[in-house]
Amino acid sequence: MSNNNKRSKYTISVLVENKPGVLARVSSLFRRRNFNIESLTVGTTDREDISRMTIVVNGDTKMVEQVMKQLNKLIEIIKVSDVTENSVERELVLIKVKATSETRGEIVELANIFRGRVVDVSKDSLIIELTGDEDKIRAFVNLMRQFGIRELARTGKVAMQRGEKIVALNP
Amino acid sequence: MRGADAIVKALEEEGVKTIFGIPGGAIIEVYDALYDSQITHILTRHEQAAVHAADGYARASGKTGVAFTTSGPGATNAVTGLATAYMDSSPIVVLTGQVPRSLIGYDAFQEADITGITMPITKHNYIIHKPEELLPSIKEAFYIASTGRPGPVLIDVPKDITAIDVEYNYPKKVNLPGYKPNLKGHPKQIKRAAQLIMESERPIILAGGGVILSNASDELVKLAETIPAHVVTTLMGKGSIPETHPLCLGFVGMHGSKYANYALTECDLVIAVGTRFSDRTTGNVESFAPYAKIIHIDVDPAEIGKNVRVDVPIVGDAKNVLSSLLKIISYKKRKEWEDRIASWRTKYPLRYRKDDKLRPQYIIERIFEIEPDTIVTTEVGQNQMWAAQYFKTKYPRQFISSGGLGTMGFGFPAAIGAQMAFPEKNVVDVAGDGSFLMNIQELATCVDFNIPVKIAIMNNQFLGMVRQWQELFYKERYSATCLRCKEMRFDKIAEGFGGVGIVVERPSEVDEALKEAFEIRDRPVVIDFRVERLENVYPMVPAGAGLNQIIDGEY
Repeated sequence: MSNNNKRSKYTISVLVENKPGVLARVSSLFRRRNFNIESLTVGTTDREDISRMTIVVNGDTKMVEQVMKQLNKLIEIIKVSDVTENSVERELVLIKVKATSETRGEIVELANIFRGRVVDVSKDSLIIELTGDEDKIRAFVNLMRQFGIRELARTGKVAMQRGEKIVALNP
Repeated sequence: MRGADAIVKALEEEGVKTIFGIPGGAIIEVYDALYDSQITHILTRHEQAAVHAADGYARASGKTGVAFTTSGPGATNAVTGLATAYMDSSPIVVLTGQVPRSLIGYDAFQEADITGITMPITKHNYIIHKPEELLPSIKEAFYIASTGRPGPVLIDVPKDITAIDVEYNYPKKVNLPGYKPNLKGHPKQIKRAAQLIMESERPIILAGGGVILSNASDELVKLAETIPAHVVTTLMGKGSIPETHPLCLGFVGMHGSKYANYALTECDLVIAVGTRFSDRTTGNVESFAPYAKIIHIDVDPAEIGKNVRVDVPIVGDAKNVLSSLLKIISYKKRKEWEDRIASWRTKYPLRYRKDDKLRPQYIIERIFEIEPDTIVTTEVGQNQMWAAQYFKTKYPRQFISSGGLGTMGFGFPAAIGAQMAFPEKNVVDVAGDGSFLMNIQELATCVDFNIPVKIAIMNNQFLGMVRQWQELFYKERYSATCLRCKEMRFDKIAEGFGGVGIVVERPSEVDEALKEAFEIRDRPVVIDFRVERLENVYPMVPAGAGLNQIIDGEY
């Protein structure tokens, strides 16, 4: 066990059998054990019978070790990996921002700088789609505040380790 | 064949001989199928008792216990039984009826989301969505319940699935990609453990319920004799080594003996086997075994490092790991340490006041002396702790108690389960008057099925353990712990059900009452021992204190 008990954020990648109730099992485990969950995303993998969850937890190393061990105990969970280090992390966000004829140009320009895309335009607002890591999304959202954010939806984080390391079933 | 018939046939194939349960609308088809089966069904009078009985059956026999309940209230009544089995890692399979699939989610009559409710208190659970899932789920349930770290598994079967035709092909194998218990134990870690053992001057073995669950008792005793090291057990580990063995120091923790607690505090090495270091065992973890290195052997990796720091973690089945360990360690004389333990033993024996008053400790001593092979179950509270202190368990699975959840009302139905597993043995439930009342209706079950369980009530007309805490830590403010039932006649209640009732008021009457009870083989016997009302359990380590901060009584 590491002595580093500093609180911080960990990203855990979990392969699960794609069966009803698995998400409930995972969330119930977090609640019961008093683990602090920050975000949780789920989607299928290249195999339809296997889904992948990306879970961001707040805690110290000891807590995260327990989180991973307890997750591993769930029968339908196939693999649990800590992917906090050396991985590509992305999140998708949709932002509906107020736009007038005066501000629209500036908003579009900012979106372009952030490699965002305008996906809907109406008389009073724009919807912008943006993907990126947490810092980038936070920066963009903060920039949009001056125009007035009407609605915002984030997916939560997905992550994948760089290079040769994989979190997948052995073929 | 009908789903219900397939269920019963699958259970027969699993070798199930006894089922505890209560029928109801949603499970009526399964009971209809059971009508033609050789499986014995014990109709309990409450579903909670059915699950405890299945649990007691499992703990006594080592086989998986089985209980049936109907949907809704039947299923929710099973919850305490499931949580009890979960905390103590007892292998049971509970099958609940569910409303038909077409009604699920519509708040139908007697509908409850039992898989949702029991998710945190089962090792795993199933709701059968499709007929083809039925048989694989039963196969998996028995496999999961009894392997790795055992535990309860629930299968919820909608009524229409029990009624429609399914093809009977019971799987031979399970396919569970995410479930691969590690039983072997890493050779490198075992080597490190052996090294620590050889270096140690003051070793202690801490044996938990895992030793009993993995049938590793022989290996444990051999280990203790080879090192040599004294053994302290947790409550769940009682019986993992005969308590008459010279190396056994009995149970440790909140109400363990002083010598066991001192030994665990002063040792330089703890060899912990199959224990999860519960707070009742460790006391304050900050001051737990402060001079010791810790070797932790457990089949559940999540237990290692959860509660206490560990120097050598070994994930594996206790029997396997101890066998491997035995091959590479040898005897080393540690005279100073042995002498030290011996002197603690003489100086601080377990003791109680011996006078002409009826004291519970004496009764339990006599139960052991008169029938040392008897299986003892306990309720929870003072009765449980006295039984743990004074019943000198001889063999594994002889002492059956709700350790983790501390379930009052567990002991009596668990005794029914143990008696069904061993009809020829004597089974005694050491009870408190408070606990016994929590499942007293099971007297009817015993009478109905000629189950000769003995209930020895340590009757002090109190919720005794809470009263003891109020006396010691709440200025004797006895809030809601006096049961005020002086006039209540447990013996008459027993007779009213059709059993036998005996009242004992003096120490001189104890032997005769016990002998009379042990001779009765066809119905339950309730012995109402009217004990000293204010007797306390000593020694005691207050909650949150270190194991060497012990309160003792006056003698």
